[in-house]
Amino acid sequence: MDKKYYDPEDLKKFGDVTEFQKELGDKFFEYYGSVFEEGALTKREKALIALAVAHVIQCPYCIDAYTDETLQQGCSEEQMMEAVHVATAIRGGSSLVHGVQMMNQVKKLSM
Amino acid sequence: MKSLIAQSHSLADPEVQLDIINNQTEKVKRLEKFESKMDEIGLFPLKPTGIEIFQINVGYMCNMTCKHCHVDAGPDRQEIMTKETLEYCLDALEHSDIETVDLTGGAPEMNPHFRWFVDEVAKLRKDIIVRSNLTILDTRKFEDLPQFMADHGVEITCSLPFYNRRRTDAQRGEGTYDKSMKVLKILNEIGYGKEESGLELNLVYNPVGAFLPGDQESLKQQYKDRLWKDHGIEFNDLFTITNLPISRYLNFLVTSGNLDEYMEKLVTSFNPAAAEGVMCRNTISIGWDGTLYDCDFNQMLKMETENGSPQHIKDWDLDALNDREIITNQHCYGCTAGAGSSCGGATT
Ligand code: SF4
Ligand code: SF4
Repeated sequence: MDKKYYDPEDLKKFGDVTEFQKELGDKFFEYYGSVFEEGALTKREKALIALAVAHVIQCPYCIDAYTDETLQQGCSEEQMMEAVHVATAIRGGSSLVHGVQMMNQVKKLSM
Repeated sequence: MKSLIAQSHSLADPEVQLDIINNQTEKVKRLEKFESKMDEIGLFPLKPTGIEIFQINVGYMCNMTCKHCHVDAGPDRQEIMTKETLEYCLDALEHSDIETVDLTGGAPEMNPHFRWFVDEVAKLRKDIIVRSNLTILDTRKFEDLPQFMADHGVEITCSLPFYNRRRTDAQRGEGTYDKSMKVLKILNEIGYGKEESGLELNLVYNPVGAFLPGDQESLKQQYKDRLWKDHGIEFNDLFTITNLPISRYLNFLVTSGNLDEYMEKLVTSFNPAAAEGVMCRNTISIGWDGTLYDCDFNQMLKMETENGSPQHIKDWDLDALNDREIITNQHCYGCTAGAGSSCGGATT
C-alpha cells in the first residue's frame, strides 16, 4: 500500500479542512491571516518566530512553509539558523531547568 | 562557465523552453494557461496602455555568466547591436515623445558604441537608465565609465541579488560581492545614490533560488541597513524582480527538481492587480538586431511582436505598436505573481 505520513502535497490542501467544518475553519484562516500581517512586529520578524516555533513543534509542513517564507522575507541563512538555535536553547533550557527540581528532590531525600 | 548556447545545451532553444513550461510534467500541464487566466479578468488579449519606455538590448555579451541569467549572456556571446541599428533607434526616439531609454544586455557597457550612443540619447534630452552588473565597472577598460555616466545624468540600475556575500556569489560567481561593494563605493564617491546629487543609483534584488521576492519596501530597508552598516554604502531605491522560468533560470529549476513547485507557486500567486500593471503594456523591447519584442523575456524566447504590427526598429510606428496585441505564454506568470514584477520592481 502506498500510504505515507507527511506528504508535501497535503500542505497544499490545508485550506480544505473547511470541508468538514466550514465556520471554524474559516475563522481559523481569517485569524491566521491577521496574525501574519505587518503589525507591532514586521512580517519578517513573525516569519522568523514561526520558523523557530516550527522546529519546536517539529512540524515538517511548517518547517517547509516558513523556510520558504523567511527566504522570501529576505532572511539570511545565518538569521534562519540563529532562530532555530533560539528554539533549541529554549527547548533544551526548559529540560535543564527541571534539573533544579531533581536537585531539590535529591537534597530532600538524601542525608 | 559557458552560456547554454556555447554548450549546445538543448535549453538554449526557445521552443524547448516553452515546451518545458507547458508540458514537461503532468503537474505543469494541468496548470491553467496564462491566456485563460487573463481572460477571466478581462485582460485578454493583452493590449498596451501606451509605450513610455524604450528598452534596448544592445548585446548579449557579458563579462559574467550568472546562474539565473534569462539572457543566457556571457563572454562567449557575439550578438552586439551595430551602429546602424543604434541609429535607427535614435531616429525612432527623435520622432516620438517617449521619455525613458533603458539600456540593457548582457553588459550594455560592452557594446563598442555605448559611449557614442549615450551621448546622442542625452542630446535628445531623454532619461537614460543603464542596467549595470557593477563588476564590469571594476575593469581597466571601463573604470572611467562611472564618471562618464554621471556627466550624462544616467540613472544606474544595478544587480545585487542579496545584501550578503554568500547568496550574491552563489548566483553571480565567486568574488562578485566584493567587486560590487568596491564599485558601489566608487559610485557613491562621485555622488551616485546620494539624495542631493540627483544621480540615481538603484539596486535590483532577485531571489537566489526557487522562491518569490518578498515585500519590496521591507527588503529595501534591510539592504539599506546592511549595506550602510557593513560598508557605508548608500543607494536610492531597490527593485524586487521575480525570476521568470526561462533560459538559465529554467535550467536551474529543472536540474534542481524545483520546476513543478515553482510554476505552481507562480500560478497560485497570480495577482490581478499585478496583471494590470505588467511592464509590456508600457515598454517596448528592441533586440540587438533591431527586432521588436513585447519585453526582454519574449526577446529571449524569440517571440516577436504581433504579426502585422511593426517587427523591426526600421519600421517604427508608435501608433501601430500601441495598438498591437501582446504575445504571452506561461512564463508571463512570473510578472503577475504576488506584488508583480517588472524592470522597475514590484508593480502594485
Ligand atoms: S544576469 Fe546580467 S550580469 Fe549576469 S550574466 Fe546575465 S546579463 Fe550578465
Ligand atoms: S513576460 Fe513579457 S509579455 Fe509576459 S507579462 Fe511579462 S512583460 Fe508581459
